Amino acid sequence: MNDKNKIIFGLIIFIAIVTFPFLYNLGRASTVPEPKLSEKAKAAKECIKPKEDMKQEHMQILDLWRDTVVRDANRVYKTSKGKTFNMSLSTGEDSCTGCHENKAEFCDKCHNYALVDPYCWDCHIAPEEKKPEEKK
Amino acid sequence: MENSRRSFLKVAGITALGLGTKPVLDVFAASGGHGAEPKPEVSKNEKALTAKRWGMVIDTRKFHSKADLEPMIEACHKIHNVPKLTEPRHEIMWLWEDEYKHVFTHIEHELINDRIKHLPFLVLCNHCEKPSCVRVCPTKATFQRDDGIVLMDFHRCIGCRFCMAACPYGSRSFNFRDPRPFIKEQNKEFPTRMKGVVEKCNFCAERLAVGKMPACVEASNGAMTAGDLEDPGSEVRELLRTNYTIRRKPDLGAGPSVYYIV
Repeated sequence: MNDKNKIIFGLIIFIAIVTFPFLYNLGRASTVPEPKLSEKAKAAKECIKPKEDMKQEHMQILDLWRDTVVRDANRVYKTSKGKTFNMSLSTGEDSCTGCHENKAEFCDKCHNYALVDPYCWDCHIAPEEKKPEEKK
Repeated sequence: MENSRRSFLKVAGITALGLGTKPVLDVFAASGGHGAEPKPEVSKNEKALTAKRWGMVIDTRKFHSKADLEPMIEACHKIHNVPKLTEPRHEIMWLWEDEYKHVFTHIEHELINDRIKHLPFLVLCNHCEKPSCVRVCPTKATFQRDDGIVLMDFHRCIGCRFCMAACPYGSRSFNFRDPRPFIKEQNKEFPTRMKGVVEKCNFCAERLAVGKMPACVEASNGAMTAGDLEDPGSEVRELLRTNYTIRRKPDLGAGPSVYYIV
């Protein structure tokens, strides 16, 4: 057995290659982004469900809503607390984007982080982004 | 004891069974316990216009030229974000005009009177009683509502265009291109479509839902009327009772719900 050196050399290269992605990203882990609420959403305090439920279920809710609206023509949602909403992503003041009017800060932030690319905005018209400072 | 192993296994088995049922019982206990908060409900808007079977009557005696039809077409295309494509093969149309010989092919003849011969007719989806487009759609993207309106779920359309082949009225258009650059003024209340999707008149389902008549009817100054074909007291039934009306290609058996007073 005279290949001790070769084996050790090979092992070092192997370990270096295998651990490279971990070492490369060490200390650079980006923090999970928090969606930023618009002023309007902040003032409303509560969505159709508690925040945690919305975080987990908003995609299923939207999917269910689109079927309910398009197929059954039921367009009004009454929450368990008695508040009513227009079951629409982008139509009117009491729709989703009527309140969450900051798509970039609210939707895109997490979607980009999680690498999901929902096709909502291929057809639905996104709310106009309001710039914090007015440009002349 | 000679039976010790046997009895140990028995006891262990029963214990395991008992522990195993606990999570199941917990679930039952949790689901039965609440009831303090009412469940969320979905419903229709109280103002929504409803009918057993929606239909339309178009009084063509009130139209004389293409210019008379423009306001209706404009109103429809504007609120539904219908793009204006100039290339005829790419054109998208929900409501448009055509001449008698193309609209009423089954009763057309060359010696028809001058007024009818040169009169432009408004054409749109006929919201058939037995829609062939619905039968052929492989994804059920096109479907018929209980109130007779033939609708499209744009989310589900895969762009196979079977419905376009099936529709005897040519009421459907296909988005060969991304329509967005061709929409002059976007109506933010209504979505656009994307490339690869079929579209057509939706009888203004989104307007009926909030208590408004279809946009074309509203813009027509009484030349177009929408209403319930199954309600003998409705305005459309009154018009049908008192005027001679024709439909497009009724011999095909699709049962079109758009009637023309000529």
